[in-house]
Amino acid sequence: MFPKVKPPLFYINAFFEEVGEVGLLLFRTLKNLFKKPWEKGIFIQQLEEVGVRSLPVVSLTAAFGGLVFGLQTYIGFHRYIGPGSETYGGPIISLGLSKELIPILVGLMVAGRVGSSMAAEIGTMRITEQIDALFSLGADPIRYLVVPRTLACFIMLPFLTVYGDIIGMAAGFFYNVYLMGVNRVIYIRNTLMYIEMWDLFSGLIKASIFGVIIAIIGCWQGLKTEGGAEGVGRATTRTVVIASILILIVNFFLSQALPADI
Amino acid sequence: MIRVVDLHKSFGGNEVLRGVNLQLKRGETLVIIGQSGCGKSVLLKHVIGLLKPDRGKIYVDGVDITALDGDELHKITRRFGMLFQGTALFDSLTVGQNVSFGLERYTNYSEERIQALVKENLAKVGLRGIEHLMPFELSGGMRKRVGLARAIAYNPDIILYDEPSTGIDPIRADAINNLIIRMKNEMQASELIITHDMVSAYKVADRIGMLYGGKIIEMGTPEEIRNSKNPVVQQFIHGNAEGPIENW
Repeated sequence: MFPKVKPPLFYINAFFEEVGEVGLLLFRTLKNLFKKPWEKGIFIQQLEEVGVRSLPVVSLTAAFGGLVFGLQTYIGFHRYIGPGSETYGGPIISLGLSKELIPILVGLMVAGRVGSSMAAEIGTMRITEQIDALFSLGADPIRYLVVPRTLACFIMLPFLTVYGDIIGMAAGFFYNVYLMGVNRVIYIRNTLMYIEMWDLFSGLIKASIFGVIIAIIGCWQGLKTEGGAEGVGRATTRTVVIASILILIVNFFLSQALPADI
Repeated sequence: MIRVVDLHKSFGGNEVLRGVNLQLKRGETLVIIGQSGCGKSVLLKHVIGLLKPDRGKIYVDGVDITALDGDELHKITRRFGMLFQGTALFDSLTVGQNVSFGLERYTNYSEERIQALVKENLAKVGLRGIEHLMPFELSGGMRKRVGLARAIAYNPDIILYDEPSTGIDPIRADAINNLIIRMKNEMQASELIITHDMVSAYKVADRIGMLYGGKIIEMGTPEEIRNSKNPVVQQFIHGNAEGPIENW
């Protein structure tokens, strides 16, 4: 009546097996990175898919992320430090957005939008034998499918993050200066005084790594899809869940590992 | 030309192939028949190198392809063209791009020559002026023919067919059979076909082998198979539900 409960060792084995599969796929992707033939057409198509088509969703999340960050820093400074100190919200907003919030938001949004679509597309190719056909026609599926997607995510996520940083910081500025009447000149001066290039750059390093995570998890789930339409649905859901969780976990360790300043 | 020796393959404890032995001679059309799910497609995927056997060898002109990988394997698979059961046309590419796919990877031809070959191969299968269409705009029979044009475009000398007549009406199936015979005559290709359609098997085969219980249990000319004394073969070719084959 009830499904048989498997012993804990089964789940431990399955976990390590999956870690091994992802590791192997990453290794094979890196190995094929510079091998010919170079799939230029697919790479450009993926740049557009990952980058250009993610702009609306990144704009919205970054704008509202910046606004809410602006709101909380305003309240925090106003309540605990006192009136006039709100101008120090500028560097806090910029630092928090560029180092943490925007790379994570961009990562999560792209995982939901692009990672799931990669899993669905490759998964459908898998169950309709298109991946076998690729092989039979002389194309290595890793070189043809995984490499251009991974490279496109690696490149485009930092660009989306820079774009998100600008939108988020502008939203924080807008909230503080135009809605709450914080002094514009001092707000900008404080921001420029405390923010460093490294703060922006460390967020971009994170974004690139998140890009690789999204592409590898999406492609991995797609390539191991089985069981028809239900399998494709499962692959897309698993991609979003696994990639999102990994992004949050890896973000913590990167925040720990990357120096606060250089 | 192709020699399969003692091929074994299991999937999670389910032993699908249990020592398959067969030989495809140059210029011959060999049809493998058998029930759905008996391992015919698995056999074909081993022959083209898509699957690695648990045990056994596959020789293509004396070269053991089970020991090859990556680019080395692709040098051999360059000689194969394969028509997939569901055609496996790339649905993000046009018909023209599908047919040119292998040409772009297996040859150094100029773009003009590739486009000319695309037209020529589509014409061979009776299709003209559809290069710009997407696969979803085609009927089942047209998809099969485009799949065949894609498989033969780079002039392979071995053509593999996975259930070529499945999923299309009897008239279109017969048209596909005629194309298979034409391809063999025009290209002098060797053909390995798997099917459970006996009408098709009798029409195109030089020899027919029956896969049952993970092994080839009978091999012979269409006439020999028709007159086989093996009750399993007789039950299968006559499509009887009663008989020694119980696993259906």
